Amino acid sequence: MSIGLEHYLILSGILFSIGLYGALAKRNAIAILMSIEIMLTAASIAMIAFSRYVVPLLLTGQIFVIFIMVVAAAETAVGLAIIISIYRKRETVDATEIDLMKM
Amino acid sequence: MMPFLVWLIFLLPLSSFIINSIIAMLVHPVSEGTRGGNLRNKISGYITIATIGGSLILSIWTLLSVMALPHHELAIPDINWLVIGDKLSISLGLIVNPLTVVMLIVVTVVSLLVQIYSQGYMHGDPGYHRYYAFMSLFTASMLGVALADNLLFLYVFWEGVGLCSYLLIGFWFHRPAAADAAKKAFIVTRLGDFGFLAAILLLFANTGTFDITELSHLAITGGLAGATLTWAAIGIFSGAVGKSAQFPLHVWLPDAMEGPTPVSALIHAATMVAAGVFLVARTYPLFAHSVEALTTVAIIGGVTAIFAATMGLVMNDIKRVLAYSTISQLGYMMLGLGTGGVAIGMFHLFNHAFFKALLFLGAGSVNHATGTFDMRQMGGLRKIMPWTYVTFLIASLSLTGIWPFAGFWSKDDIILSSMESQPILFVLATITVFMTAFYMFRAVFLTFGGEYRGGDPGSHGHPHESPPVMVVPMVILAVLAVVSGFWNVTGSFGVFLGHGETRSFVEGFFGIFTHPLPWISMLLAVLGILLAYAIYSARWLSAEHIGSLFKPLYILFSRKYWMDELYENIIVKKALLGGIFNGLEQVDTHVVDGAVNGAASGTIAGGGVLRRAQTGQLQLYGLFIGIGVLAIIVCLYLFG
Repeated sequence: MSIGLEHYLILSGILFSIGLYGALAKRNAIAILMSIEIMLTAASIAMIAFSRYVVPLLLTGQIFVIFIMVVAAAETAVGLAIIISIYRKRETVDATEIDLMKM
Repeated sequence: MMPFLVWLIFLLPLSSFIINSIIAMLVHPVSEGTRGGNLRNKISGYITIATIGGSLILSIWTLLSVMALPHHELAIPDINWLVIGDKLSISLGLIVNPLTVVMLIVVTVVSLLVQIYSQGYMHGDPGYHRYYAFMSLFTASMLGVALADNLLFLYVFWEGVGLCSYLLIGFWFHRPAAADAAKKAFIVTRLGDFGFLAAILLLFANTGTFDITELSHLAITGGLAGATLTWAAIGIFSGAVGKSAQFPLHVWLPDAMEGPTPVSALIHAATMVAAGVFLVARTYPLFAHSVEALTTVAIIGGVTAIFAATMGLVMNDIKRVLAYSTISQLGYMMLGLGTGGVAIGMFHLFNHAFFKALLFLGAGSVNHATGTFDMRQMGGLRKIMPWTYVTFLIASLSLTGIWPFAGFWSKDDIILSSMESQPILFVLATITVFMTAFYMFRAVFLTFGGEYRGGDPGSHGHPHESPPVMVVPMVILAVLAVVSGFWNVTGSFGVFLGHGETRSFVEGFFGIFTHPLPWISMLLAVLGILLAYAIYSARWLSAEHIGSLFKPLYILFSRKYWMDELYENIIVKKALLGGIFNGLEQVDTHVVDGAVNGAASGTIAGGGVLRRAQTGQLQLYGLFIGIGVLAIIVCLYLFG
């Protein structure tokens, strides 16, 4: 049995679902951030797979993934900075308790 | 050149208004004796007198021109004012026919004399310049009413005179009574003007023109007939009822006496109140072709004549006696229009303007001397103020209708024409002759007869004859009050206005007594004078005794038939404020405000429910997004 596009996509789907579950269900803000990273990874895998199997001669999908990684790194940096800032103020990283905007 | 000169009749006083307004804003009166102070204090008076004098000269010239023309009509080219498409074209034009020139002469003569008189009467008043500004505007508007050839512009000037009346009644606005009287006059006449405006719109909707000549032509040829014509005529007449203080809108005129006396003489006796009569005369073809409308005019006129006269019998304020007398005489004019025609009504207007203005100027002169208008505090002024006495007496005789004074000629015509067409109104008019004689000579005897009773308790106590600047206009008016009636002795006034035939002067002057009617009315007038003499001069009869004998009537008359109370308490306070306005307020607070407040509180309640969805939990929102995406995918899969 050779490894085909379907397998990558199924892996991508499973990873995305795990990430989505984590992002929605976890209370810890750092865990949510990690879950988002997992979802981004899932998307990256799908893109590389499509790039490899659908248009092998073009590198569009792979370049996109590099962009995703850059953006993800930046996003994580900003996200972590926010979380640290909130932790310093409120002594918690529980996302459900971060409700300053709610009346 | 000629059209321009006719325009100038109206534009001269208007320019005087503008100049005087600027003067009133910039120049304040200075104390007597300052160098140039006299001119500075009186400049606006001189300007007004000069411009109105100019208007008078031009009016006389116009009168002579019109009389010389075979058709008695001077064509003045219109000025296009507003053209919208093909349908609406409103031009500003003047109509110069006999009716116009008669009115022009009345307005300019009386106005000029009143302005001269005012120089004395208003001497030293802080509002002197303002007074002359308003008087100029009034004269301009009144001349505009006389000249305007279409109903729209007539209406503009009509409201202009109403505005000036308001401003001048409330001239001493710091006195609450004057301010209230001004408001009352404005509001009551507005009721009538509403009908007038409605009639103008009705006529325009049916004929597409505002032009009086065209409308008259349509009425004569039958292009305008039936209910439309009747309602239009009644609407126009309602405007006249308001302006000419006819029953039931007469209540403002007696209160209007709060204004300065020269204002009463010019506006509320000679000209503005006669504008209603003039309006009916101007649109007479509309009335002439509607029996209902003409009968309404006659009945309202006849009823007003006697109704107002009864109240005049018991008033103690000399100006109020004259005010009721004015209402009564305006009623006569309406009766004349309703039964006789334009010439008869207008002739009484013409004569009345002079003698009634004179009576008011006389009352002003008396007030100037004694500081009061209450006849019970006067008396004995015959010797102290001979000029005022003689002129007042002449005007009273003229008003009473004694041969050969002016009032006799016009009043006799009216009574004669009412006898021919409305016997009941004829009886009323004849009784009114008696009442007129009684109340006028009651005023004469109370004011000038007997001994001086001290005047106003707060005044200086030494009555004196008024200065020449006041006496000379009165003397001129007294001459007019005698001779103005001679115009129609030969019937030429009637012919000029398109009615009747001429006769020789001697035939008219003495021949009138071949008919029994003048004898009857003269007899009644003399009886009225004798009764007044018996009660108030010779004191054969006691006024108190007669008052208590007819106590219910006396109370009814002196309380003015409770008309003021009826209007104020029943109609305004109960029906309008308590009923309609209160109902409208309920609608406003409960329905209109209820809808607005309901919308607001409904939104708040809805928000209260919906805000529960906004938990602020980002993860929950994410879950919904996820469910939403899933739902879209499922839908695409199932239905796509």
